[in-house]
Amino acid sequence: MSILSKHHYIERNVLLLLILSFLTVSIGGIVQIVPLFYLDNTIEKVEGVRPYSPLELAGRNIYVREGCYVCHSQMIRTMRDEQERYGHYSLAAESMYDHPFQWGSKRTGPDLARVGGRYSDAWHVAHFHNPRDLVPESIMPAYPWFAQTPITADYIADIMVAHRRAGVPYSDAQIEAARSDFRTQADPDFGDVDALLERYPGAVVRNFDEQPGITELDAVISYLQMLGTLVDFSTYTPVESR
Amino acid sequence: MLDGLKIAGIGVLVVLFAMAANFGQDMAFQVHALLLTAIAAAGFVWTIRTVGQPKPVAETGYMDGVVRYGVVATVIWGLVGFAMGTLIAWQLTFPELNLGLPWTSFGRLRPLHTSAVIFAFGGNALIATSFYVVQRTTAARLWGGNLAWFVFWGYNLFIVLAATGYVLGSTQSKEYAEPEWYVDLWLTVVWVAYLAVFLGTIVKRREPHIYVANWFYLAFIVTVAMLHIVNNVTIPVSIWSSQSVPMWPGVQGAMVQWWYGHNAVGFFLTAGFLGMMYYFVPKQADRPIYSYKLSIIHFWALIFLYIWAGPHHLHYTALPDWAQILGMVMSIILWMPSWGGMINGLMTLQGAWDKLRTDPVLRMLVVSIGFYGMSTFEGPMMSIRAVNSLSHYTDWTIGHVHSGALGWNGMITFGALYFLVPRLWNRERLYSISLVSWHFWLATIGIVLYASSMWVSGIMQGLMWREVDEQGFLVNSFADTVGALFPMYVTRALGGVLYVTGAVIMAYNLYKTAVGAGQAAPVRAVPAE
Repeated sequence: MSILSKHHYIERNVLLLLILSFLTVSIGGIVQIVPLFYLDNTIEKVEGVRPYSPLELAGRNIYVREGCYVCHSQMIRTMRDEQERYGHYSLAAESMYDHPFQWGSKRTGPDLARVGGRYSDAWHVAHFHNPRDLVPESIMPAYPWFAQTPITADYIADIMVAHRRAGVPYSDAQIEAARSDFRTQADPDFGDVDALLERYPGAVVRNFDEQPGITELDAVISYLQMLGTLVDFSTYTPVESR
Repeated sequence: MLDGLKIAGIGVLVVLFAMAANFGQDMAFQVHALLLTAIAAAGFVWTIRTVGQPKPVAETGYMDGVVRYGVVATVIWGLVGFAMGTLIAWQLTFPELNLGLPWTSFGRLRPLHTSAVIFAFGGNALIATSFYVVQRTTAARLWGGNLAWFVFWGYNLFIVLAATGYVLGSTQSKEYAEPEWYVDLWLTVVWVAYLAVFLGTIVKRREPHIYVANWFYLAFIVTVAMLHIVNNVTIPVSIWSSQSVPMWPGVQGAMVQWWYGHNAVGFFLTAGFLGMMYYFVPKQADRPIYSYKLSIIHFWALIFLYIWAGPHHLHYTALPDWAQILGMVMSIILWMPSWGGMINGLMTLQGAWDKLRTDPVLRMLVVSIGFYGMSTFEGPMMSIRAVNSLSHYTDWTIGHVHSGALGWNGMITFGALYFLVPRLWNRERLYSISLVSWHFWLATIGIVLYASSMWVSGIMQGLMWREVDEQGFLVNSFADTVGALFPMYVTRALGGVLYVTGAVIMAYNLYKTAVGAGQAAPVRAVPAE
């Protein structure tokens, strides 16, 4: 084969080898990744999807910190049994403000994409304290420190600004009100709940762990209780052409 | 003058790190800053104490000191990674072992396990063997003087920062790319230095032809640099915080992550380790590589195709169908170049198959190629959408990666270590061949227990999740499916125990070999003058 006999040029020139290897490995990624930033069905907006409220965002950071994604997916596939078990299949738009995505890759525990509203706050409080009290077969670690660790809003505005730089459309008003919204969501007597709900429609506002003060448990539960609840699937119609 | 600048520079670093520790907004950041302060302070004292001492004469000949350190690091990190894996396997069996503490819970230890095995054990093995192989096949000393030492220590500092970060809760939650922004930046610096050392050594080679092992090592280094940089674009919350916000959202983020994730497998754990195969298998078997043309074809086909395989991690998700199907098709085609490598490795034993009876090191290398062949068949099969609809999210995936990691990466590294230690420490032979046999069988049985239990649990899980009764209702609750896995999880953990035991035996055997137990004092070749 003549083309193979020419290969010795590459084998004797390390720069050529380097450049050709790099070109060879760059093609696949360009073809698969770049279009996703432009195609309609990967950047479409769906009614109801909004950025996370400050408390939800703090809860999400705890979800990330504890490695929940290692055992829980947040991506309902289009198969029948998954939709029976977890609800409507996940839309791309539902994770458009997720930096990073939490789709996961393994279900040691169930999918959480639509866990919001499925269980009561009290259920979550007891479950985090010891999952086996409620689900004897469970192999999930207990997270007793959530209830004992107070959480402050000291850096929440900075975190939101960083999200804005990454493309999440937080408004100036949202960032300005971040600290009070953070507290109001778990302590409705503290601030203006209506204004909070206007900024974050559909947010769940209540004292999640029913204890005074705001703990990590409040933040995590506020996040879990909103997961998958933003899009109203009774009125949602997918675009036919997709 | 130069010494003065050096001392001043390190002094400034000490102050900066101490400041960072003071202003740090979270525990991981503070601990890392303190660690770096201590390292910089030690460097400061050391530099002052050695100032003005005459520089040692530049050595010639092969630079093997850094390879020796790499070998030791590989063994130690291997033990840590395997033990950590076994621990978390027991946690999945007996959840009380999570101890109810943040830093011992599964979610934090699992990234510690994967990073310790892939990046600490695998990475040190790759750096050490690539430094050894590139010198032998180019007949040149490593380029860049102490830069090779910087690569070794810098890389291991990266690992320590990453590992302590996970335990303290600092993570980007991108699988196999969990370290936070400053750790990523540091790795980038180290990786560029690694590329420079490797490339520089090839440039000054005294052998006109670049040996095939070096193609694979080079492709691995370049591609990992590309993957690492693109996947880790992130916006730090503050320069005093370990937290950052990754740039790519939702579906784009998922695609970039699995483009990265699958090619961490494809280039870190495959191309790099194929470089190892192309040197150590022919050496240990004392036979030339089977086919030169096959190595050309499978090299280019492998590096071209692997990059496309990422979307098979995202079947039936919100990723567009065309991308999923493209990923599936390329993954299936990838089977061919993968087996090209397997055939080239296995057939190298042509005319030397009898050595398998007497040489357990060669047996280890050959079995690793066997596992490579098996997992590169299993992978394309699992990437088929219909199969994936069952296997995805289940333990089948876990079993698949472990037959690759324990079987292919582990075994070929063990083989390379058994090859290297007597040569690097100037010993005639290994301390004990029968201990190598023990290691071989413990590891092999461990892998078989692991893989088969995960096949059973994975397929069972997949079938139980989708089982519906005649009325069309789901039969099993999720908790039912968890409860059913217990016996398989015990078997898996036992497999892990066997594998760790084998690695402990290896560590003992290599230590005894290095110190020269039971052997005559080495005869050093001294040039006659």
